[in-house]
Amino acid sequence: MSAHLIEVNALVKHFPLKGGLFGGRRGAVHAVDGVTFHIDRGETLSLVGESGCGKSTVGRAVLRLLDPTDGEVWLDGERIDNLPAGKLRPLRRRMQVVFQDPFSSLNPRLSVGQIVAEPIVNFGLASGSELWDRVAGLMDKVQLPRDAMKRLPHEFSGGQRQRIGIARALAPGADIIVCDEAVSALDVSVKAQIVNLLADLQDELGLALMFISHDLAIVEHLTHRVAVMYLGKIVEIADRRTLFASPHHPYTRALLSAVPVPDPSVKRQRMILKGDVPSPINPPSGCRFHTRCPFAFDRCRSEEPELRPRAAGQSSACHLDVVPAAA
Amino acid sequence: MSISLGGVPAAAELPDVLPPRSERGRAMRFVLRYPTIVAGGSLLAIMVFIAIFAPWLGTRNPESISPIHRLLNPGAGHWFGTDMLGRDVYSRVLYGSRVSLGVGFSVAILASAIGMTIGVVSGFVRWLDMVLMRIMDGLMAIPGILLAIALMALTRGSVYNVVIAITIPQVPTVARLVRGVVLSLREQPFVEAAVASGTRLPKIMYKHIVPNTMAPLTVQATYICASAMVIEAILSFIGAGTPPTIPSWGNIMAEGRALWQIKPYIVFFPAVFLSITVLAVNLLGDGLRDALDPRLAKRL
Repeated sequence: MSAHLIEVNALVKHFPLKGGLFGGRRGAVHAVDGVTFHIDRGETLSLVGESGCGKSTVGRAVLRLLDPTDGEVWLDGERIDNLPAGKLRPLRRRMQVVFQDPFSSLNPRLSVGQIVAEPIVNFGLASGSELWDRVAGLMDKVQLPRDAMKRLPHEFSGGQRQRIGIARALAPGADIIVCDEAVSALDVSVKAQIVNLLADLQDELGLALMFISHDLAIVEHLTHRVAVMYLGKIVEIADRRTLFASPHHPYTRALLSAVPVPDPSVKRQRMILKGDVPSPINPPSGCRFHTRCPFAFDRCRSEEPELRPRAAGQSSACHLDVVPAAA
Repeated sequence: MSISLGGVPAAAELPDVLPPRSERGRAMRFVLRYPTIVAGGSLLAIMVFIAIFAPWLGTRNPESISPIHRLLNPGAGHWFGTDMLGRDVYSRVLYGSRVSLGVGFSVAILASAIGMTIGVVSGFVRWLDMVLMRIMDGLMAIPGILLAIALMALTRGSVYNVVIAITIPQVPTVARLVRGVVLSLREQPFVEAAVASGTRLPKIMYKHIVPNTMAPLTVQATYICASAMVIEAILSFIGAGTPPTIPSWGNIMAEGRALWQIKPYIVFFPAVFLSITVLAVNLLGDGLRDALDPRLAKRL
């Protein structure tokens, strides 16, 4: 269909809320409500936002770990959101995942070698001594010693386990790896090592990355483009430089002003949001951000803003063309 | 595209922090760390030894009747005395351990295997889950011993039937336990990662799910083993269990019951053996529970 590696069109995921004596449907959690974006080969797109904004759900829907309620997901010109499981399996080779929690994402009963070998075996990519050569090569790639293959996951630290997870994701030769908060559970120094490793692997292998994170400081170091999500919608999508230098959407600005600057002499104007994220069961009318936006006016409460291009490579969903510097 | 770290090296070496220790030191540490496993395990090992080597432990035929020697008090010739038919209580108790341990282990293995299958299936197949769990609820609503008595009433008395009658009421507890573990494992990221890696469902079940249910299942199996031995004794005691021709601890106690006030040792010795065996198995189970997963202590 197009040259994009991943294309997501108006993706919707609602989780039904069941309750009552007979398990009737009482409503739905609007986890993702019409999200559209694309990722090119070798590109990193970061999905950022607060907890519960639906960024992980988008990642899981792209991987088909859950079935979207509506919308389309295309992988390299092939629509995958409605493929039956049998036809989807060969395509899974091209999309892999690295999870947040390095302690629950590895089966505690399998050796590291078995864990990394599993996708290779599943897709019938290698067997016998070739298989173990390949696993050993992957251990080198993620900078783990080869004798780690014989050990069990609990013998490793969080950062090492995350390397094992990355080796597993690389194993079938994927085109895109979805990193779902892949570094959020790690210490700062280990976090940096893993981010650098991912960046190196991307350069080496031409991988595309979908980097789901709430940590803008980390995102700034490895992304090409950033999509900012709020309550199941993308409010702003832009390339890295533009987004960090001149954010348009008020929510993006609030997020950026919350990133700590490691220099005590820097004085800056903070934009602090009031209140909590509204419930995704009953999202606010109009612009979903209007309940917390310092610039909200009447139109925001009734009419939902569309994503509109602002600068080159930047789109934002706000009724204001020029957002004031501060409230 | 690189964050400088001031010379922090990449993870390349995995040094062995702990120096190697001697075999004796390791055995000693195991004893100190898991005293219940060691105590329960050794007691149970003694019982298993007795059951296997009963014919060579100074016993005579447990079924040979000798009216001249009936109701002898414990002494040199008959260490535990003789019963009203002149049978040697020591020999009968030792041979009786074969029935108790046999029934205990068989029930534990059978109930675990059946309960495991039901638990895994209902943890994975939504529509079967409802059906299977309602059946399990129904079984659980009837007290285990009553159900076993009812089942025995339907069949002829034999050790096999005793095993089956005790197994059936034990299956629901295992099935529920395994189902719960499976449901929580299904949501674990490593299972999702396996799905994303193209692993098929049967392989996910036997490679990722089943091995991780083994720890709680083993613990549950020891408790089932212990209660199976008690239930076997109860069934035999009330005459609904092992046929009286086969010496079992329950049978010996049942036969000695009428003479309890004048010859208490006929009941006393099998009772002591039963208590020690059940205690051993329960100690082992408690120890395994703590050793395999400390968090299980709250769940069971």
